[in-house]
Amino acid sequence: MNLHGIHLEGLRKRYGEGDTAVDALKGVDMEVSPGEVVGLIGPSGSGKSTLLKCLGAVIEPTGGRMRLGSEIIYDDRWHIRDLRALRRDQIGFVFQAPYLIPFLNVIDNVALLPMLAGRKNTAARDRAMELLEALDVAHRANAWPSQLSGGEQQRVAIARALVSHPPVILADEPTAPLDSERAMGVIRILNQMAEQYETAVIVVTHDEKIIPTFKRIYHIRDGRTHEEQGEGRLIA
Amino acid sequence: MISLAGRDIQHSWGKFVFTGIGLGLLIGVTLSMAGIYRGMVDDAKALLDNSGADMWVVQQSTLGPYAEPSSLKDDLYRSILTVPGVERAANVTYLTMQVRHGDRDVRAMVAGIVPDGIGSPGWPMTLIAGRQITRSHYEAVADAASGFKIGDQIKIRRNRYTVVGLTRRMVSSNGDPMIFIPLKDAQEAQFLKDNDEIIRQRQRTASNPALNPPGMPAVLQAVIDSQSTSPYVNAVLVRIKPGSRPDEIADTIRRWRRLQVYTRPQMEGILVGKLIATSARQIAMFLVILAVVSAAIVAFIIYTLTLGKIREIAVLKLIGTRNRTIAGMILQQAIGLGLIGFAVGRIAAGFWAPVFPKYVLLIPGDSVRGFFAVVIICSLASILAIRAALKVDPAEAIGG
Ligand SMILES: Nc1ncnc2c1ncn2[C@@H]1O[C@H](COP(=O)(O)OP(=O)(O)OP(=O)(O)O)[C@@H](O)[C@H]1O
Ligand SMILES: [Mg+2]
Repeated sequence: MNLHGIHLEGLRKRYGEGDTAVDALKGVDMEVSPGEVVGLIGPSGSGKSTLLKCLGAVIEPTGGRMRLGSEIIYDDRWHIRDLRALRRDQIGFVFQAPYLIPFLNVIDNVALLPMLAGRKNTAARDRAMELLEALDVAHRANAWPSQLSGGEQQRVAIARALVSHPPVILADEPTAPLDSERAMGVIRILNQMAEQYETAVIVVTHDEKIIPTFKRIYHIRDGRTHEEQGEGRLIA
Repeated sequence: MISLAGRDIQHSWGKFVFTGIGLGLLIGVTLSMAGIYRGMVDDAKALLDNSGADMWVVQQSTLGPYAEPSSLKDDLYRSILTVPGVERAANVTYLTMQVRHGDRDVRAMVAGIVPDGIGSPGWPMTLIAGRQITRSHYEAVADAASGFKIGDQIKIRRNRYTVVGLTRRMVSSNGDPMIFIPLKDAQEAQFLKDNDEIIRQRQRTASNPALNPPGMPAVLQAVIDSQSTSPYVNAVLVRIKPGSRPDEIADTIRRWRRLQVYTRPQMEGILVGKLIATSARQIAMFLVILAVVSAAIVAFIIYTLTLGKIREIAVLKLIGTRNRTIAGMILQQAIGLGLIGFAVGRIAAGFWAPVFPKYVLLIPGDSVRGFFAVVIICSLASILAIRAALKVDPAEAIGG
């Protein structure tokens, strides 16, 4: 199963029922190609996190269609039995906080998923090391997460998201805790990784500094998306 | 494969070892409780082994001589000796009492033995110092646990005895050290009346015309003599000839002499099944309570540790970790904690067992059972934490 690109059509999500029901998503259309990094911006409460949770298969949408490549994931109901395996194999998550496992060193934090999936520890660590090198934190491979700077932790978290070559990466405010230089570094890495591994990346952000880096931006307002051209300016 | 539990324990080593030690002391107490019970059983068996008897003859319908009072005429042993298959038969008395050692009291079981030769039933088998009793009065062999040394004076009732020999692990089923004295002295200590009572008895006898017929003073003297000796013992210890059948001999004595006879297995049944049964239930109660307390502690600690990791658990679930893996992590941590506790507990129990006043016998079987109990209790105790972890919504990792 090789899934490529994200395709959403009329995706809806309603929280609760009756008078208290909230229509967080009222029909979201979205296309992200492999190798592309798109921005998802919108005011608070506009449904950004809700959209990421639907895409990440941790909450169930109320209606609409969701495809990864040619594979239908959701069409008014889940079309995939094992959502956990979908998350593990197809989706990488990057959060606002890195949420590394405090009792594993850096390299094992990155290699954790393949190791749990039964891959040989050495093979998993080789792959992790490769990513850490690409992300320029290889020298901290044996440190504890608590010994890293915020930017280093975030890069380790990105390495963890990339470790099983997921075709999709969902990043929720990945640069919020970082200064502008580090934030740019993270965005540059996401672009680089997207290109190198043919990954479709969605970055939710409020961060004014990084908005100009996207070639395409989805504005979400009142539960609906509006596509817009971005500046696509990646300052080296 | 990677062991999340193992890595977590390695990382917060101090926390685990600390709680493990606390838990371990509790487990140590639990193992010691079991050891106290085993010690009681072993003391009972040692008492029977050391008596050198194959069979105990006691008063009709009593559980004597250790569990109930029993008294027999002290000439009975002669007729028992005539029963086919009986090799030796010896009188014995047992009396648990306070004996004086200098200016303090020692609780001891005083055994009266027939001073007619080494190896007769009832005699202490091996001495760790000194010699056996050779005179028929005022010598004693004491168990080392009583605190007596060779040459010490023991005061029992009105008489003083010199300690001439010491034994080891000769204790009553209560764990009181034994003191062996000659039978005649022991009979006196147990059955003899004090002087005032003797005088009163003489007066009663003298005023009874049937016992003091006028003009026949010899009759009164004979009656008084017969009253003041103590021709009673508590039991007759019987050793049978090699190759003979204890049950048959016991049957014969029971039928011919109308006496109660216990064989070795029956006696063991009385001591273990009846005499220490209440203590055993008491200990069993303690074991149950300690098990519950240990389980509560493990459950509490593992639950707290898990709540401290709830965010990481949400992340693990979000990125696709199996529930089984997460449950396994928590279960292994609980068991890991139990294993640390067990090791500490076993060492602690071995360390403090010799300090206990009564014999504490730590047998490997109990350690093995304790080990499995710890593993099972820790597994059960982790259920609460596992449930909390499995309820975590992976969406929480993404946040608002
Ligand atoms: N579990 C929930 N139950 C009910 N309503 C919810 C729930 N989660 C979100 N909502 C509502 O759905 C709407 C969209 O919320 P969402 O978290 O997606 O916003 P957001 O764009 O991520 O906002 P922010 O930028 O503040 O993080 C909001 O009105 C919110 O109150
Ligand atoms: Mg949000």
